[in-house]
Parts: sequence; C-alpha cells; structure tokens
Amino acid sequence: MGTKLRTYEEINEKIKKGQVVVVTAEEVVDLVREKGVERVAREVDVVTTGTFGIMCSSGAFLNIGHTKPRMKIHEAYLNGVMAYAGLAAVDLYIGATQPAKDDPLNKVHPGEFRYGGGHVIQDLVAGKDVLLEAYAYGTDCYPRKKLVTWINIRDLNEAYLFNPRNAYQNYNVAVNLSDKTIYTYLGVLLPRMGNAGYSSAGQLSPLLNDPYYRVIGIGTKIFLGGGIGYVAWQGTQHNPAVERTERGIPKGGAGTIAVIGDLKGMSPHWLWGVSIRGYGCSLALGLGIPIPILDEETLYYCSVSDEEILAPVVDYSHAYPYGTGEILGYVSYAELRSGKITIGGKEVPTSPMSSYSKAREVALTLKKWIQEGKFTLTQPVAQLPGVESGVRFKNLVERPVEASVIVGR
Amino acid sequence: MSNNGSKKVVLRFPREVADRPIVCELALRFGLRFNILRASISPHREGIMVMELIGGRDRQEEGLAFLRERGVFVEPLSQDIRMVEERCYHCGTCVGLCPTGALSMERPSFLVRYDPAKCIACELCILACPTHAMEALL
Repeated sequence: MGTKLRTYEEINEKIKKGQVVVVTAEEVVDLVREKGVERVAREVDVVTTGTFGIMCSSGAFLNIGHTKPRMKIHEAYLNGVMAYAGLAAVDLYIGATQPAKDDPLNKVHPGEFRYGGGHVIQDLVAGKDVLLEAYAYGTDCYPRKKLVTWINIRDLNEAYLFNPRNAYQNYNVAVNLSDKTIYTYLGVLLPRMGNAGYSSAGQLSPLLNDPYYRVIGIGTKIFLGGGIGYVAWQGTQHNPAVERTERGIPKGGAGTIAVIGDLKGMSPHWLWGVSIRGYGCSLALGLGIPIPILDEETLYYCSVSDEEILAPVVDYSHAYPYGTGEILGYVSYAELRSGKITIGGKEVPTSPMSSYSKAREVALTLKKWIQEGKFTLTQPVAQLPGVESGVRFKNLVERPVEASVIVGR
Repeated sequence: MSNNGSKKVVLRFPREVADRPIVCELALRFGLRFNILRASISPHREGIMVMELIGGRDRQEEGLAFLRERGVFVEPLSQDIRMVEERCYHCGTCVGLCPTGALSMERPSFLVRYDPAKCIACELCILACPTHAMEALL
C-alpha cells in the first residue's frame, strides 16, 4: 500500500501538458468497485472533492482605503450590519452571522433574520454598492469622526475571505423529540421526530476523503467560493481524536480547516447569504479540495462511499442544547440521501441543509480547472494536527467571578 | 371524476363575518364534504382558511357562490405558493418538511422540484427556506 506512485511535481507536469487524469470523489467510488484500488490508483492522478453548505464560521477582511482627513474607524456598519473595527484604521472584518443592527432577532419567535453579514459578503462579491457608515472618536493623527459613503469591492484595497472553521469532517443528524417545532441551524425540526436535519456532502466532502489528513494540510490550494483559496490552519474546534470506523471515518464532527481566499476572484454563484429561521443569518459557500493520488492508500481513502460514512443522530430539543452527549443511533449518508432514515423503528423524512448537487458541481468544476491546466496542486507546508497530536475539543469550564470586576452588561 | 371531484380554495373572512358559522353551511345546505387544510385568524381578526371541497362541480359552485354572498372572498389555491428558481440552491431542507410531496428531490440530479398541484399551502417550506426561494402570494 505504501509504494509511492507519483509526486506533486509529476502531477503538475502532467497538468501543464494536459495529460492529467482527474475524477471526482463521487466518480471514483464506482471506478474502484469496478477495477479495484490498485488499478485505479495507477490510472488516476487527482481526485476532486466538493461541498456546498452553510458555514457559519466565515467572514471577510476588507481594507477600504484612507479618507481625507484620515480616520481610525471605531465602529462600522455595512448595509446596516456591524463590521468589526478593532483593527488598524481602515481594516474591517465582516462576520457571516452578524445580523443587521435593527433586526428584531428572536423577539417575535421564530425570527426571520432577513439580512446579515453573509448577505453583505454576497452583495460585495456580486459587485453591488454597499453602504458604509463609520464612526470614530478622533485622534491627533486620525481626526475624522464620521463617514457615510458607498463602497464597491472593485475599489477596496483588499477583500479576502478568512473563515476560521469550514468543511467540517462529518456532522450530527438533528431530530426533535419534543412536542413542539424547534428552529435550529440544521433547519426547522418538526415535533416527535417529524423530520431529520443534516449537513454534509458525505462521500464528496473534502476531509472525509482524507480522513487522517495525510494530504490536506496548511498551504493546500483549494476551490473557495468559485475562486482560489488556501488552507490557512486547522479550523477552530478541530477534533481529530474522535471515534472512527474501521476505515478511519470519524463517527461525528471531527477535523475542520481554516481557509483564506481572494474575495475579488469569487462569484455570487458560490457565496449565498442565508436566513435560518429562528436561528440567525449566515453564509452558504462552495469549497473543494483536490487530492493528489500519491499512493494507493490515498486512493483507498478517496474511494469511501456514502454507505460507509456514519453520522450520529442527536435530539436538538434537549441533548444538543444541554450538552448531554446522548446519541440516539447512527445512520449512513446513503440512508440520509435516500430521503428517509429509520430511528427506533420510526421512518423519518430527511431535510438536508447542504446542497449535494452544488457539492457535485464544485468537484466537477475543480476537475475541469485541473484538466484545462488552470489549477495546479500545492504541497502542504505543514500538516494538520492528527489523531496522535493530542489536540482535543474542550468544553468551557466556567469559574466564579466577583461582581466588582464584571465589565460587560 | 368531474362530477365528484375536489377543488382547493382559499377563503378570506373579513372581520365582520369571521365570527359567524358560515362554513358548516357548505355541508348542511349543499351536501359538500370539506377538508380544512389550514386556518388562521390575524391580529386584526380577519380569518383565512385553505380548504379542499369535495363533491359535485355544480354543488361546489353553488356553495362558493353562497360564501361570496355572505361576504367571504374566495380564490382558487393554485399558484398561491411559488418557487423562485434562481434563489434555490437545492439543499432540500424543504423536502423533508413538505407533507404532500409537492416538493421532492429528483434523483440522481439531487435538484429540488416543485409540483404546485400537490401543494396545500401549509407554508412550512417558506418558514424553512434559507434563501427565501419559496414565496406565498396569499
């Protein structure tokens, strides 16, 4: 299994010559069933993966350029949505889940959350003018105190996505055991297990095709929002040491990646502002990673199918919000994608939050880019923390605080 | 079937008539069977009811004419819920919620398809759609 088949340099040489063989992580499943791992590993140079879904831990850094007189922005709003300004004078960070300042939130439950940070990012990428309102306290070197203007992505010095956590390696399946409808980030969940929400591209999902992070690492070039991006770091809550199946697939949320990419090269076709009823706003985006078939083992992991990927079913009316850790059972992505799962003898319709057709389109687009010589592969400069790294997801341990030191509300 | 078909209608009850027992007359006077698919009263005390009327076409028309005389606004249900294709990225969260299969996942394309004929305007899809791709014209 360990024999080296090809190097990054050899793959990139084939890409330049237009001789590279690329298949998607979906296509490779049948190919391996037909021909076996050994033969396909010799024939295929690259397997492309893809996912498209709501990824809340996303946002964009913007540098708007200096004003005359200069201003060190203290508080900023983009189309009425607060952007973080606690950076240098005219640097801002717009987070995907920030609701508009005048949003009624959940005051009338379930709130609509019609416009937020994700929508601002979508509007910027679509080339629409965005209203900037900024305030400052004024300093000797930055005297200006107020700024109201239209901005456009083409005029910004920099605009890049920097998403602290994307592409979750597997995730929960959410059901509702209570007697009333609940509104979660995995969708509207009907009472008494009326439906089940889930969100993963399964066999197409990047980190499920490289379960031990053997080839995806820091510096890996990726498809991000229809443009080019890179893996910047392990994502927040990266948790490699979870229970895995025999073929190494985590049986629940595990690895994650932080990604970065030039917003100016992206497309609104791949970045969508979303409103999740009763929960908040966010950003849905397309992300894909090419996997170089360096050896048979890499290909073996890429050939994983939806039948072999299991996700834990969790009650989002109690077990999830109160963190009990209780799991009602496991279901495969093949069952989830069939439209119905069976839990405790009950047939439950499934409600996916991620788009399988768009995930497939990401993988196919990346495949095309590589075949056409528009996208070459990069070797990671450092590995993501693996199973043996000791990196573990921890819950917060709260400690008592004296009332006199509390600074918030 | 033409003589014994069913018809889905949206009934709007202005405040003046919302508290009167009108709907039961459909059964008592016209021998129509009906299935209430949805009913609500707004904060302004106007009522809205989505109903399937079962019975002969003539009796259906007579019954609906009676409702109109009593001040109820009657509209056909069809096309009251629509899908705005360009706003849909085909996640399918609506599919698992749709009680009648009006929204379904086409395979192997995994594209969401909408059949208005099967829709009973429960509006669960409108509640759940993250991109506002489902719209009510009610």
